[in-house]
Amino acid sequence: MKNHGTSLVSNIEPGQEVLSVQNISLSFGGVKALTDISFDLVKGEVRAIIGPNGAGKSSMLNVINGFYHPQEGEVFYCGQKRNAMKPHQIAHQGIARTFQNIALFKGMSTLDNIMTGRFTHMKTNVLQHAFWRGPAEQEEIENRLKVEEIIDFLEIQTIRKTPVGRLPYGLQKRVELGRALAAEPVLLLLDEPMAGMNIEEKEDMSRFILDVQEEFGTTIALIEHDMGVVMDISDRVVVLDYGKKIGDGTPDEVRNNQAVIDAYLGVPHE
Amino acid sequence: MFYRQAGDFKSSYREDLQTFALKQDRWAYYALLVVAFLVVPFIINDYWASAVLLPFLILAIAALGLNILTGYCGQVSLGTGGFMAVGAYACYKIMTSAPDLSIFFVVLLSGAVTALVGLIFGIPSLRIKGFYLAVATLAAQFFLVWLFNKVPWFYNYSASGQISAPERTMFGWAITGPNAEAPVRYLFCITIVVLLAWIARNLTRGRIGRSWMAIRDMDIAAEIIGVDPLKTKLLAFAVSSFYIGVSGALFFSVYLGAVEVGEVFGITLSFLILFMIIIGGLGSILGSFIGAGFLVLVPVLLKNVMVNGLGWPTDIAAHIEFVIVGGLIMGFLIVEPHGLAQLWRLAKEKLLLWPFPH
Ligand SMILES: Nc1ncnc2c1ncn2[C@@H]1O[C@H](COP(=O)(O)OP(=O)(O)O)[C@@H](O)[C@H]1O
Ligand SMILES: [Mg+2]
Repeated sequence: MKNHGTSLVSNIEPGQEVLSVQNISLSFGGVKALTDISFDLVKGEVRAIIGPNGAGKSSMLNVINGFYHPQEGEVFYCGQKRNAMKPHQIAHQGIARTFQNIALFKGMSTLDNIMTGRFTHMKTNVLQHAFWRGPAEQEEIENRLKVEEIIDFLEIQTIRKTPVGRLPYGLQKRVELGRALAAEPVLLLLDEPMAGMNIEEKEDMSRFILDVQEEFGTTIALIEHDMGVVMDISDRVVVLDYGKKIGDGTPDEVRNNQAVIDAYLGVPHE
Repeated sequence: MFYRQAGDFKSSYREDLQTFALKQDRWAYYALLVVAFLVVPFIINDYWASAVLLPFLILAIAALGLNILTGYCGQVSLGTGGFMAVGAYACYKIMTSAPDLSIFFVVLLSGAVTALVGLIFGIPSLRIKGFYLAVATLAAQFFLVWLFNKVPWFYNYSASGQISAPERTMFGWAITGPNAEAPVRYLFCITIVVLLAWIARNLTRGRIGRSWMAIRDMDIAAEIIGVDPLKTKLLAFAVSSFYIGVSGALFFSVYLGAVEVGEVFGITLSFLILFMIIIGGLGSILGSFIGAGFLVLVPVLLKNVMVNGLGWPTDIAAHIEFVIVGGLIMGFLIVEPHGLAQLWRLAKEKLLLWPFPH
């Protein structure tokens, strides 16, 4: 039960670069969403991406997982320059994500949503599925074991069979994290996983993110507005403003960077 | 008081993956199979076969097919009648050009031909969605009917423009043609129905079914999980068209025997199948059967009551029937958009915990 990402990352040591973006520029018509952005993510770190609304954070994730194709710049992944790829091909390379606005499969249960996250690990074909008994059933059961581990990990056993549409907002966010984790990603992109949560839920989510980092050694890119959370759980921080990078470093370095203070921390936001 | 299972307790994932999770359901299903194969063939007569059972079984296959495409994969189609016509004409051409081929394989091959045609018509679905896709499939519907009317090769240049099924036998029994007996035609159809329903259930219970539902529910999220939208939609189109093609082949060869394409496979049939899955339940195998049963039975019942019971003229009864069936469909769309299968499920959920709900 491996996908292509597992073998790509196998020769990367912790602390070495997993992904880097270099001189990325992206515009929509006349609007420049990203201008000449470069930064890297090293294996096993939590890398926060912060900045005011409209700074280009989500656009950056969309470039990394292939929804947007930048006019300029390159993406390097596991030591190789990445050619233009479709999002589903990038998923098979071990990059998973959650969305700023929840994007669960509304018609499915928690269990099925997370099982769907195992897609890149499942290989049986239509004919095998038509007859079910044998490889298809076997694969389903093996992957179910993995999914149950994730359900236990996220403490969502009681909502296993609940249609996700019926779940409260905070739990939906958690299920979406579960779906991304089910891919056993090399790189996990989280777009505002704590937006709209109360303090308790934020604490839970922070704990899960740190546990993922610790237990699975997953590299994590995290977009987050709550500075307290960012300072607590991230190893390094990139700061964007109006599509430009204005800061990059440890939480402490960023906190004391004058450009960042002016552009971001000084500006009131929600 | 009989014993029944209370609550949902499973000890292995394999058990949890069973089609009929409850013991009662499993036994009900086996009992139904026994009745369908060992009892019905002995009591079936021509009226029951042609008024109820054959149309129910054959249209249920089409409903299964459309449900895979629309209910599971979220791609609306109004071309079902046209694709059934593809199945029917493929069946006719294969029957007449390969007279020795077993009718069973002829029917499956007709499905395969329809799957190919469906695949081609499915290609635009990558670019167009929802309402526009519905319009595109509507265009396919009219095009296909026009094609089978216009090109004499399809009806072997017969003067009437009709196609009619020659006699084909299996194990010495006539399945098609004027000598085919009701029990034999019924057994042939129900065998195919059970086989195809089992396969539909298998396809929708695992990875493939989830990839269809993922595209239906949220296509961008499906993509970032690794689902290729084009491949997934095309597979749904192909599988769905296979079912619809088999249904069309049976409708022509086993049920009607002779067919005039515009009359039988027109847009009305497309809508009938669509209503079946809406009433029965989108994204439900059981729903496809309930919907087909409902829409085949209700008109028969109404007709019996109005014409035979109350002695009304047939044409007035036919109009009233339209109104009543139409009203029922609207009622369903408003009251239970998830169809009869959902009502059944909810009732069961309640019963499972009764008399101690919490
Ligand atoms: N698909 C798109 N089409 C047009 N403009 C877009 C699109 N996606 C993002 N943008 C623009 O790019 C800028 C950055 O947006 P975004 O990346 O969503 O910011 P953030 O996530 O930091 O709030 C905004 O001005 C936004 O309007
Ligand atoms: Mg954003």
